[in-house]
Amino acid sequence: MSETEYPVSKTVEIDSHSINFGPQHPAAHGVLRLILELDGEVVKRADPHIGLLHRGTEKLIEYKTYMQAVPYFDRLDYVSPMCEEHAFALAVERLLGITAPDRAQWIRVLFAEITRVLNHLLNVTTYALDVGAITPALWGFEEREKLMEFHEAASGARLHANYFRPGGVSKDLPAGLTDKIAAWAETFPRFLEDLEGLLTSNRIWKQRTVDIGIISPEDALAWGFSGPPLRASGLPWDLRRSQPYDKYAEVEFDIPVGRNGDCYDRYLVRLAEMRESVKIIKQCLAKMKPGPIKVQDRKFTPPTRGEMKRSMEALIHHFKLYTEGYHVPAGSTYSVVESPKGEFGVYLVADGTNKPYRCKIRSTGFAFLQATDYMSKRHLLADVCAIVGSMDIVFGEIDR
Amino acid sequence: MGETTETEAPPPPPPPTPLELLGHAVGAVPGIRGVRIERDELIADADRDQLVAVMIALRDGEGLAFEQVMDICGVDWPTRPDRFDVVYNLLSVSMNQRVRVVVTTDEVVPVPSVHTVWPAATWWEREAWDLFGIVFSGQPDLRRILTDYGFEGHPLRKDFPLTGYVEVRYDEDRKSVVYEPVKLVQDFRSFDFLSPWEALTSLPGDEKAHRGKGA
Repeated sequence: MSETEYPVSKTVEIDSHSINFGPQHPAAHGVLRLILELDGEVVKRADPHIGLLHRGTEKLIEYKTYMQAVPYFDRLDYVSPMCEEHAFALAVERLLGITAPDRAQWIRVLFAEITRVLNHLLNVTTYALDVGAITPALWGFEEREKLMEFHEAASGARLHANYFRPGGVSKDLPAGLTDKIAAWAETFPRFLEDLEGLLTSNRIWKQRTVDIGIISPEDALAWGFSGPPLRASGLPWDLRRSQPYDKYAEVEFDIPVGRNGDCYDRYLVRLAEMRESVKIIKQCLAKMKPGPIKVQDRKFTPPTRGEMKRSMEALIHHFKLYTEGYHVPAGSTYSVVESPKGEFGVYLVADGTNKPYRCKIRSTGFAFLQATDYMSKRHLLADVCAIVGSMDIVFGEIDR
Repeated sequence: MGETTETEAPPPPPPPTPLELLGHAVGAVPGIRGVRIERDELIADADRDQLVAVMIALRDGEGLAFEQVMDICGVDWPTRPDRFDVVYNLLSVSMNQRVRVVVTTDEVVPVPSVHTVWPAATWWEREAWDLFGIVFSGQPDLRRILTDYGFEGHPLRKDFPLTGYVEVRYDEDRKSVVYEPVKLVQDFRSFDFLSPWEALTSLPGDEKAHRGKGA
């Protein structure tokens, strides 16, 4: 670039058949830039340009201790923060060879499901917003606010919780929170009915979503799909059931499956999943017993404040944990959770020091967005919004 | 070639677990150099040149049905002659199993692209190219994906500084976004918390002693 550049007027020929969608489009779910090649109004090719929210999370994590790396996971998929932390916590626990105590596992399952509802509420309602319905978003966000309060009560933060830690959770639930969650779980299904009343049999909603963006089970597998979009194509694949982690093996729930693999089925699957989440939340509340909420090995989890006032040893442990952190034995693991969006994985390589050697984050939406081109071919321009909305795209995790 | 030389025979008393049986099946694929199980995860080292055949065998072979590639990523080990690992995390939905296939490469030797086996591989390969500079042969769309338009370098390499080389800001005078070399008010501080009892191999002042031994 030269230092002195003066504005010059120039004539640019634009091919009117290729348009730029985003990155500041309200229906782009963040910062998606799509280059669409059109034939009239029919999409011939969609080329997503991503990376506009790339923050180098994987690189940063290599320079942080394992405990300092946890908050980065909240900032990936900022709509379902706790589920991302879950994957990292499980990966580190696997490398360390520790397991969280029972109560911690129940709390994690409880909050993973609350997060799932939180995520699906945002997705379903903003998806409706994309195709022109504004009321669901207004209603849904009110309900989300209640769930955020649970997040806040448990972790101190509405969004970026930093609550699930390797070895358990950061602190126990405050008194009375379980009753509040139980009360919410009683009223929430009624809200879902209201929400369904707005959309499920709505003529405009169905015209915009039924038979749009169909993907067959074979194609869904080949494109690396997981989570609700895979289930909407008819495959009952859920990591909570097939590769259970924490206490998912001990709760009963159904896996909703779609039939057509279109945008409408993806919506229906998410709606049904919220009902299943409420079921799991109720079971967690019933089965949770008092007990420790983190591993009692002070090499991995900090001592309580009270202990630190009395015990020199506790003070030393606390100091060591928050400066040096713990050393993780060399090795690698690929740990996955069923995040609300699908398979969220962490490929963690440890070299025996206190910092991860490599932490690859397998983001769910990355695979979905890649298939946008395949799915939106021969659809109308307006259908691209519906397809992108139905894939539950959040850029924090795609761009990392 | 292609024998299961590193496959350890299971100890006699317990019958082989499903994962071990799968390990034998994966180890029998020509082009797989060795199979091992770490923390209940199956890891297979593959020949770079035969990678596509290996992947097709893992997807369609008898007793194997890895329908999905969930993740492809690079790992940089600068001290090795083949500095990069390319790691493929495969998932079988029908068998409910996972396998991790690892091949090695360096900055110039290309890895065969597997986008013909799974279309989903394209973006993961673009990412590995962007962040590590790993070249994939046969990949028609090897553009950068996560970094800026016109970005230079491969940021996830270990020799790439955390702060990068250029920073971007909007210049009010020039009315445009300008790229400038990174100016840090304070140097990046990387604290060395490795305690001398656990990780320090040579104490400060002891360098001479080690030099004598190494020579």
